[in-house]
Amino acid sequence: MRTLKFILRKEFRQIFRDPSILRVILIMPVIQLLILPWAADYEIKNIKLAVVDHDHSEYSRQLINKITSSHYFILTDYSSSYEHSLEKIEKDKADLVLQIPDHFEKDLVKEDEARLFIASNAINGTKANLGSAYLQNIIRDYNRVIRTEWIQYPRFSPETQIEVTSSNWFNPLMNYKYFMVPGILVILLTMVGTNLAAVNIVKEKEIGTIEQINVTPIRKYHFILGKLIPFWIMGLVILTIGLTIAGLAYGIIPKGSFITIYVFAAVYLLAVLGLGLLISTYSVNQQQAMLLSFFLMMIFILLGGLYTSIDSMPEWAKWITRFNPVSYFIEVMRMVVLKGSSLADIKYHLFAMLGFAAVFNSWAIISYRKRS
Amino acid sequence: MKQFFAFVKKEFFHIWRDKKTMFILLGMPVVQIVIFGFALTNEVKNANIAILDNSKDAATASLTAELDASRYFVLEKNLVTYTQVNEEFKKGKIKLAIVFPQHFGEDLQHFNKAQVQIIADAADPNTANQLTNYANSVITDYQNRITNGKKLPYTINTEIRMLYNPQLKGAFNFVPGVMAMVLLLVCTMMTAITIVKEKEMGTMEIMLVSPMRPQMVVLAKAVPYLLLSTINITSILLLSVFVLEVPINGNLALLGFESILFTLVSLSLGLLISSGAASQQTAMFISLVGMFLPTVMLSGFMFPVENMPLPLRIISNIVPAKWYYNIVRSVMIKGVGLEVIWKETLILGGMMTFFLTMAIKRFKIRLA
Repeated sequence: MRTLKFILRKEFRQIFRDPSILRVILIMPVIQLLILPWAADYEIKNIKLAVVDHDHSEYSRQLINKITSSHYFILTDYSSSYEHSLEKIEKDKADLVLQIPDHFEKDLVKEDEARLFIASNAINGTKANLGSAYLQNIIRDYNRVIRTEWIQYPRFSPETQIEVTSSNWFNPLMNYKYFMVPGILVILLTMVGTNLAAVNIVKEKEIGTIEQINVTPIRKYHFILGKLIPFWIMGLVILTIGLTIAGLAYGIIPKGSFITIYVFAAVYLLAVLGLGLLISTYSVNQQQAMLLSFFLMMIFILLGGLYTSIDSMPEWAKWITRFNPVSYFIEVMRMVVLKGSSLADIKYHLFAMLGFAAVFNSWAIISYRKRS
Repeated sequence: MKQFFAFVKKEFFHIWRDKKTMFILLGMPVVQIVIFGFALTNEVKNANIAILDNSKDAATASLTAELDASRYFVLEKNLVTYTQVNEEFKKGKIKLAIVFPQHFGEDLQHFNKAQVQIIADAADPNTANQLTNYANSVITDYQNRITNGKKLPYTINTEIRMLYNPQLKGAFNFVPGVMAMVLLLVCTMMTAITIVKEKEMGTMEIMLVSPMRPQMVVLAKAVPYLLLSTINITSILLLSVFVLEVPINGNLALLGFESILFTLVSLSLGLLISSGAASQQTAMFISLVGMFLPTVMLSGFMFPVENMPLPLRIISNIVPAKWYYNIVRSVMIKGVGLEVIWKETLILGGMMTFFLTMAIKRFKIRLA
């Protein structure tokens, strides 16, 4: 115990002696947490629409009016040439093209049936899908308006109607920040924690000071614990700062209890720091350690379920996410912050994380050798 | 010039000797492009749903079967009471719940009208939105089917064409994005670190007393990484064409040129970071922790830039990856030429010049 105390004192001194890195560690997450959540808005709006109108009739004009008065679309181009509007798509001046063919009004009135064509830039499939779905909805509404203009419906409409009411629970205003802020906080915490731990032991190797530690009677687990505890405390400090920002800047106050978050975060930090130390023991210089941790971070973060849904991944990728600590924490944050889940609700996640922490740290202790 | 090449050779030896690092440098993009190309998609599929059926008739049964059969949903649970809905959401087991009221089938038969309630877990608003839309369209399809036969008057039919990516594959969007990210972060981080490492180890001093101009010493550091990046660009492009089946519709030479230009931007940014950082750790934190998230979030491949509030749209302009992502998307997938992307190209060129001048200006010949 006494040995540990001395090691801890050394480690803390080392951290506080380099104010530049300390500043970076504390300020960077704060700035990013203040800026980035505003970017995460997936609601599709301001879709740039180019209309190709071959008909120039009363109906085509009404339809265009109806589309532009919805707040989803901005009319960026109006022409009578399809080639011209395709060029607009090529130049990113339009996302969608609506083509109104010749005799649209005439066909609709005389033939009972008319056609419209939609072409959508589908490089981003979701955006294309949603955009054309919105457009179709508006067209369907317009269709209904026309129909009632021409025919009187009987009391029970011949058109079967299933009325759908949809409600959005836990976040009825569909505020994206409720969802992104906790997620970004998790990612920042993970990056800072893993990277700090990953380069730490390697640095001693590179500078050569590890030799001095190796000749002392310090035990392997003392050494690892000495490295772990300061970063663990720093991680919790960053979490606290992050939660304060979430509360003050975004008004996000967890529905569940802070204790649940802290309990889980404490275990989580042990796991990611253990992973960092593990990377550290396997690398010979800082460059290697950084590259390795960057490689793992990128996979963990992009497959963590914050940006794209885990459900839609192929089986093998889902299997990877089961070994991805980040995805557990993001899910827990979402459950506790938005749904008010308790420790009992997240017990499965907690046990998984305890497992990670145990495996990574004991692996790190075992693979750390006192000789080079 | 001969001196310069001697320095470049030295840098190559450095990299060549550290086999592990070299292996990661060349292997990482390959692994990542494959994983992300296949695994990342903005589309939501196979979401777990629960159904609370208070009616239990033929209509609800067939609608349930249809929802389960669509590729978007997997029926996870049949619920019995309304309170269960909340419980299931809290456990995080389901993303969507569908509630059929009593007499659903009867209402549909007698009044041609029935109600259904969709409850989405909006903790993730994006998924919630999409799933609600999908459920809606499954229900609309069903409704159209029972109306069939009775042809309605005055019908507008719409035909939709998906340009460039008819199968709506996620890789079309994510390959350009991941390319930008990998090139930017690897180049920036590696150049920043190698230079700071020499400072830290003290070997920088030895190089500075050599007859080479100090700026050249630093530039020589960037050259090997340019070469490594060229290899990476080639392997990424080969993979995306032959494994991910993302086509290269535009001019390959143009794509190569733009990629090298972007690599140069990243290398200059790395040099700039190295001139300000005192330790490898600081350099790493700035280039990795500082740049990773902004690149992911502001370059436009995760979240459309035009949706962002104005201040962020302005900030996103200083993210180099945003411009490169636009270029790759345009050249690779849309197949357009320089006449469309000249603006982006000029901006990247400007960024490179700016970073490089700043880096050389701030480069200190004396060690502190």
